[in-house]
This record gives sequence, C-alpha cells and structure tokens, in this order.
Amino acid sequence: MTASAAPGAVSEPEAGPARARLLLGRLAAFLDGLVVPAASIVVAVALFGGFVGLAGASPLEVYGEMFRGAFGTWFSFQNSLQRAAPLMLTGLCTALPARLGLIVIGGEGALFVGGTAAAAVATHLGGSQPYVVLAAMALTSMVFGALWVGAAGALRALRGVNETISSLLLSYIGIAVCNHLIEGALRDPQSLNKPSTLHIGEQNMLGPVPGLDVHYGLVYGVVACLFCWLLMDHSVFGFSARIVGGNPRAARLSGLGVTKLVVIVCGLAGAAAGLAGMVEVAAVHGKANASLVAGYGYTGILVAFLARHSPLGILPVALVLGGISASGGLLQRTCNLPDATVSVLQGMLFVVILASETYRGKVDWFTRWLVPAKGAAA
Amino acid sequence: MTISRTSLLASRRSLLLVSGGLALSALACNKPSAPSPSGADSAAAAPDTAKPASALTVGFIYVGPKDDYGYNQAHAEGAKSLLALGVKIREEEKVPETVDVQKTMESMINLDGAKLLFPTSFGYFEPHILKMAEKYPDVVFFHCGGLYTEGKHPKNVGSYFGYIDEAQYVSGVVAGLTSKTNKLGFVAAKPIPQVLRNINAFTLGALSVNPKITTSVIFTGDWSLPVKEAEATNSLVDQGADVVTCHVDSPKVVIETAEKRGIFSTGYHANQAALAPKGYLTGAEWNWAAVYKAYVEKVKSGQPWQHLVRGGFKEGFIKMSPYGSAVSEDAKAKAEAAKEALTSGKLVIFKGPLKDNAGKEIIAAGTERGQTDIELEKMSYLVGGVKGSIN
Repeated sequence: MTASAAPGAVSEPEAGPARARLLLGRLAAFLDGLVVPAASIVVAVALFGGFVGLAGASPLEVYGEMFRGAFGTWFSFQNSLQRAAPLMLTGLCTALPARLGLIVIGGEGALFVGGTAAAAVATHLGGSQPYVVLAAMALTSMVFGALWVGAAGALRALRGVNETISSLLLSYIGIAVCNHLIEGALRDPQSLNKPSTLHIGEQNMLGPVPGLDVHYGLVYGVVACLFCWLLMDHSVFGFSARIVGGNPRAARLSGLGVTKLVVIVCGLAGAAAGLAGMVEVAAVHGKANASLVAGYGYTGILVAFLARHSPLGILPVALVLGGISASGGLLQRTCNLPDATVSVLQGMLFVVILASETYRGKVDWFTRWLVPAKGAAA
Repeated sequence: MTISRTSLLASRRSLLLVSGGLALSALACNKPSAPSPSGADSAAAAPDTAKPASALTVGFIYVGPKDDYGYNQAHAEGAKSLLALGVKIREEEKVPETVDVQKTMESMINLDGAKLLFPTSFGYFEPHILKMAEKYPDVVFFHCGGLYTEGKHPKNVGSYFGYIDEAQYVSGVVAGLTSKTNKLGFVAAKPIPQVLRNINAFTLGALSVNPKITTSVIFTGDWSLPVKEAEATNSLVDQGADVVTCHVDSPKVVIETAEKRGIFSTGYHANQAALAPKGYLTGAEWNWAAVYKAYVEKVKSGQPWQHLVRGGFKEGFIKMSPYGSAVSEDAKAKAEAAKEALTSGKLVIFKGPLKDNAGKEIIAAGTERGQTDIELEKMSYLVGGVKGSIN
C-alpha cells in the first residue's frame, strides 16, 4: 500500500508543515521504491562483472558493450524499446493475479491462444476495414486469453486447485491445441515446411509508431500498464483485490466477492497476454505459427517479479530486460561470450532483487533525511 | 538503546549506499570510453587477428546454440571456414524467429557494419529477412531453405538448400545392412515435407538392400524437445529397433540415448561420432562451407550470384560422416556405390512404382521424380515400409 508518486499539490500556499511532511514521506517512499531496486541492479551487474571476468572477458569492456547495445545509440535504444513491448503485456499476466496473492505462470500459452484466435478471426473478416479487423482481433485475443488464465483463476476460486500448476498446465494444453489447429484446420495449404495460418493481409498490419522504429505493440503495452495501474492502485476494485491478496478469509468475511474478484483479475491477466499474442500477429508475423512461442510469457514472469507486481513498475523493468536482451547479442558478437551469459545476468538480477526486498522500507536513511519528525516510509 | 543501534546500522547502510552511488558514477564515467571504436575493434580482433581494415563483415544468426551437434553447428562450421577468406565473422546464437531476429540483423548492420548476412533458420525468411532486405538494399541476405521466388522477393536476397535426402538414402543403405532385427527407428520433429522426404529416403535406401526392413517413426511435435526425443528413442529401442536416426534440430540426445542403450545410430546435420564411438555408423551432413565460400567469394569480388541454389552430392552441398567401426566392408561398398549413383544422377530415389504405407499408389510405374521435381516439395506421405502416421 505504498503510494508511489505524489503528483500535484506541490505549491499550495495553505499546505502546512503536516502536508509538507506527508509529501516528504511520499517522496521518501518513492525514493525507497526506486533506490533499493536500482542498487540491487548495480550489485547484480557488479557480480556479473566478476562472472565475465572468470569467463575471460574484461568486465569494463563488457559493460561498455552492454551499454552500447542497449542504450548507447538511438538505434540501440529503439531496439530495447521494441524488445520491451511484448514483455509489458506478458508481465501484466503475472503481476495482476499476484496482487491477489496468486502466482500465475501461464502467460506463454495465453499469448499463443490469443494470437492464434486473432489470426483466425482476421482471416474470416477478409473484406472489412482494417480498423474493424484490428478491433476484432484485439477483442478476440483478449477474450481467449482471458478464458485461458481465467480458467486457472476459476479452478482456484471454486475448487481450490493450485493456480501456479494449473496455469502452467493450461499453458501447455493451449500451446498443443494451437499447434494442432495451425497444422490442421487453420493451416494455410501454401505453408509447406512451416505450418502457419493464412496471412491477415498487409493492409491490416500494425505499423510503426510515428517517428520511431518500434511497432504499435509498445503503445498497447504502455496503455495497458497505465490502465492496470489506475485499476489496481486507484480504484475500489483494485483496493478490494488487494484486500483479497492480504487475507482472502477476512475479505470474504467483510462481504467481498472473492470468487468473482479472482476470476475477473485472472481474466484481465489472461487478456493482457492474449493481446500480446495479437500484437505479435498483427505487428510482426502477419500470421499465427509456432514462432509465437518465443518465451515472452516466461520472461513476463521475471518482469512481474522484478517490478514487484506494480503495473507501473513493469514499464522500466521491461525496458531494462529489453535492453539486456538487445545488448546480449552484441556481447556474443564482440566479446565472444555465449548466449547463456545473458541468462546468467538475468538470473543474478532476479536473485539479488528478490533478496533486496528485505531491505525495502528498512533503509531509514530516507526517513532520517527527508522526514525528520516521524518515519512515514513503511 | 535500540534507537542508537538502528541509527548506527543506518549510517553503515548509508555509507554502503553512498559508496554504491560512487561506484555507479564511476561506471557511468567509464561507459562512454569503453565502446569507442578502438575498444570494440580490439575485442573483435581476438579471434581473427591482422585483418585488413576494410575486411568484409559477415553476420551469422542461429536459432539455437551453435555447438548443438546439429543444425546450428553445421552452419557455424560453415561460418568458421570463411575465416580463411579474410572476412570478419560476427555470430549470434539462440535468436528466436520473432522481431528479435529483425533487430539482430539491424544491429549487425548498424553496430557491426555487416554487409552480408546469413540468417540461417528456416523461419527467419518470412517476414523477417524480407522486411530487412527492403529496408537495407545495400546489404545482402542469404537464407537457408530455398524459399526465394523471382519477381516476388527483393533483389538482395538469396536462398539455398541441399538435397540431404540423398545422404539419408545412403545412411539407410548402411542401416539396412547393419540391422539384425530388421527394425529401424526414426525420431522426427514435424510431419512437414522436408522431414517426410528424409524419412522416406532413409527407408527406401534400407529397403534397396534389405527388403525385410521396416522403419518406425515417432514425431515429437517440435524442433527441439530433448526430453521427448530421449523418450522416443527409448521407445523405439523397446520396440526392437537396433538402428535409429532422426530429423530434429539437435540429434545429440537421440544419438547419446542410442549409444547408452547399446544400439546403432546414424547422424544428421553434423558429425555426431564423438557422442557414440561404438554405435555411430555414418550420418547425413551438410557441407555449408562449400556453399558459403562460393557465395562470399562472389560477393567480395562483386560478381553476380544466383538467387536460388540447391544441390546434393554432386554440387558438394552434403556429405557423409566417416564410417564407424561397426560398418561392414559389404555395407561400405554398397553405400559408396549408392553415393556414386546419386552423384552421377543414375539413381533416382523417388520413382514409380511407389506406394505409401497404406498401399495407395503415389508414383506410377515408369515415372521418375528427380531432385528438382517440384512435386517432392509437397510430400505428404510415408512410403511403404514406414510404420507411423502423419495425422
């Protein structure tokens, strides 16, 4: 329940010392939420430097190349942004149910199901206007994604089935069913050695964001994260969901519809992953095939945990992971490090950031300097 | 008392934080200096020293690890052979067939200065290579898969592929003469034309020397599923197969499992003899070095190159692994004879009368379907002698 930012009301004349203290407290909490993860990134990167040193590369040179590959040039920055785009949506798939205390890891399947459904709908709307086709694709992908993860939520809420296991197994089922359909009923007979659905049509493809070399998936991701932030952090619905996450029994006793909340939030999570599938189809591939299963769903889990399940936090984290993946290529090419190097860095980041959780709110450096009267940052 | 202890701790923590911040700023100061051109070049110079400054930079992109004993390793071996030509090689492995590969191509072009790219996975072609080829008309893209269509695809794109079913036929001859149970096993990824062609050629090769042979096929469903590949191999051994082969991205697991179970195996993509010193008979290998050298020579000297190249034994696109110790002299002689007949074109693998494994006639008597026959590209059947089904 930490307030993450304090917009507005900075220069109100009647703001007394109490108000100033409140603002400072919010600022301290904000800095706390920012500095601890940032420091852990630094620690992880330092550990990583030791690791590449053992692997025979010069850490400084590796850092330099990583920076050049991720953010060093305008091209590199757009490369990172592009890679971040799908992670924002798949990150939401794990982050939203986590607010209810549920660990959902089935984003990969929901993405594939959503993408396949979107491609199937597009091929049935051949002559329609592009915006009609795109709207139908987005809607279908979200409905199918929602069905997939919502099912895991319903199993949890109604039958007490562990949602982590069921979402993962449902994900496998989804991938197998979609592969079956793409190799059978939905197959474009022309796709001989790479079974795919029919193309959705060039006129229906999502183009790049104006002025950027990044496709519209980025806008979808940012909008979805902002929407979920408003919903989960600034609405009654989100408040109820967080109460369920705190204590489902207490939530039930105080009259909240826990079952409904669980199913709806899981459905929203699945909708986000499904939409990621639609973006992959509409912006990149033009058709659904096995290439949609590229691991975005699994990286999304990492994104959600690193962002501490905050929809807003997903944005910078996705960018950092996008940057790591963008620079990973350059590390392979110029420093002759294997691809697994990037996995090592991701693993170190994950462990260090999870471990740093214990320091959150305990670094009273902020409270001492910013809020001398009382510790408001908790 | 507790208060003072916390503040003491806190000051220690703040010290840590401050020093962390200092380290960060020091890092930030170092960052701009490290990626200077000289720094990047000295890193690149490690593998290929003393190259002229204007050396052509060639980028290779692999979908899996480049030491996978399979598809990607075959390409990486081809890439390595280019070092002799004085070009600079930049390689990136495990790049998925998504927008990632587009960005990797662009990154190679923009950050490494690559003028020639070999994105090697079949799925990289559409839409990824086509899109990048339009965006970068000065860069040449060569793709493995033989998908180029004249007039439809950009001029700076080429595509190549090999008739590796010829090598699978020869492997089949060796397998058919080595098997004692007359049961062969085939672990396959997906029932697509390229894979079916290999299964059929392997089986026809075995049948040509041993009419009692049957080949059992198990489809795993995807290109890289090590656990399923091991299960499939074990299952084939349990069914009595004593020679197995495969068509998956990395044959490593299949060959190792076969060796562990004490049966024979024939390889695919690259040489896997090191994984199975006892049971490895021979294998169908790509010889990309020949193809890549020819392409790079042409691009370097500015000569025109062909947009679509395909070849088998005759053109040097494929080769056999050296025979293992378990291969009899008779099998070696018959395999060499088959290879020679395929090289000269005297032997045609797919010719009538040919029936599928349900007894339906596929190719009528008197019809020969040579390697360039477009019908073979649409293969959707398993020939008689193969136990298994596509659907």
